[in-house]
Amino acid sequence: MSTNLQTPKIKVRGLKKAFGRKVVLDGLDLDVMSGESVVIIGGSGTGKSVLLKCILGIIQPDAGSIEIDGEEVTRMSSRERERVMRKFGMLFQGGALFDSLRVWENVSFGLVQAQGMERVQAKDIAIRKLAAVGLGPEVGELLPAELSGGMQKRVALARAIATEPEIIFFDEPTTGLDPIMSDVINDLIVDCVKQLGATTLSITHDLASARKIAHRIAMIYNGKIIWSGPVQKIDYTGNAYVDQFIHGRAEGPIKVEVGAINDPTPGSRR
Amino acid sequence: MNFVAAIGRLLISFFEAVGRIAMFTGLALFHSLRPPYYPRLIARQMIDIGYYSLPVVGLTAIFTGMVLALQSYSGFARFSAESAVATVVVISITRELGPVLAALMVAGRIGASMAAEIGTMRVTEQIDALTTLSTNPYKYLVMPRLLAGIAMMPVLVLVADIIGVFGGYIIGVNKLGFNPAAYLKSTFEYLEFKDVFSGLVKAAVFGFIITLMGCYHGYHSQRGAQGVGTATINAVVSALILILVFNYMITELFFSR
Repeated sequence: MSTNLQTPKIKVRGLKKAFGRKVVLDGLDLDVMSGESVVIIGGSGTGKSVLLKCILGIIQPDAGSIEIDGEEVTRMSSRERERVMRKFGMLFQGGALFDSLRVWENVSFGLVQAQGMERVQAKDIAIRKLAAVGLGPEVGELLPAELSGGMQKRVALARAIATEPEIIFFDEPTTGLDPIMSDVINDLIVDCVKQLGATTLSITHDLASARKIAHRIAMIYNGKIIWSGPVQKIDYTGNAYVDQFIHGRAEGPIKVEVGAINDPTPGSRR
Repeated sequence: MNFVAAIGRLLISFFEAVGRIAMFTGLALFHSLRPPYYPRLIARQMIDIGYYSLPVVGLTAIFTGMVLALQSYSGFARFSAESAVATVVVISITRELGPVLAALMVAGRIGASMAAEIGTMRVTEQIDALTTLSTNPYKYLVMPRLLAGIAMMPVLVLVADIIGVFGGYIIGVNKLGFNPAAYLKSTFEYLEFKDVFSGLVKAAVFGFIITLMGCYHGYHSQRGAQGVGTATINAVVSALILILVFNYMITELFFSR
């Protein structure tokens, strides 16, 4: 993007969100520059998903500002919001494929519904995108329920990149996959992002995945970013929290709240 | 003191629910006025509600008409008013039993399936995925269902009316010894436009209630299989109660002097 290099693609300041008495985001700040690939790591229930959903406008934050290309989005009307949303693609943790639609209809959903493309043309693009994630055209005619977990992830990835978005979010892209399939997905993500030149923000607790796809890693703890730096420095942070996390130790400054409510209930959204 | 607090809590949660449903309805109506519209989805919902509900609604209607003829014949025989059977059947069916019984059946069928489908979509993040694909879930999921419910329930009830009257006719002619022509004549002789019309208005309102409850409870489904199950129960039960309440209110509107 030639606009200007100083304006971050995504700029989050003082973001706060609480569900009842549970504070999930507590004044979080984050910048993602254009073309950058940022991975947020952190334990379960630390607000990683909530952060993504706040930026996407699926959850309304309690306070703070979110700017996309310098535009404040938290107080936008739903119509303007939809315009900004066109810049985004998202890969959901469970794939979130529409199970009443065939695979190619899933992949071309954004093209047909949001851009008003003809179905025939959209199908061609869908088949090309499926090929890009290593799936043959015959897969396009199947229903999502007929696919294995790894294939569903690939289809979801194809759907996320089908509209060639400027910004792509990955929510736990490798969760639930075997190590080999995880690596396949990581490679696909790196390839796709490189081809599109997209800005990406991912959340994961899979460090192998983070090391592979990130330019920069940020660690979230207690609703704040407590450390952020280039991926090469992740092993030498000198930060006790990060150290404990990347080495997966039960002892350390991070106290695991056993029995705590992991995530907010989806029913409490707008 | 605790007792009063309990009542207060109950009232607050009641009004909270009413407010949430009202806001949901407002948003759905607001979004349904502006494009894009989804004619394919509307058509699919119309077929689901109107066509695939026909067997169960038809069966309900024909047995209701038959029972009505039998019951009113044996009841009215006590004061020699057997000749009123045809009129009683047609008025009961068009005003009350057609719309209410059809709505109860459709609430079980359609309300439950909508809540389960949308609830599952909520739980598996498909609704969030819609948003990220620049598609408004109110327009894509809620509006086609509401519209199909409002449009198709009156059609279903009209069919149920005809089948119900036919059920009465079968029993009247074959079992109770009415002359076919005489039965038909007295069926239509005292029937007023208002009888049928009020039934169709009820049907449209019930169609709205059923689909609204299905969508609302599905949309706000809690996590997991249990959440979807609860949403389905709530959708059906609240639709049934609202149908009975609104049935009274619409009857009052049309027929109280």
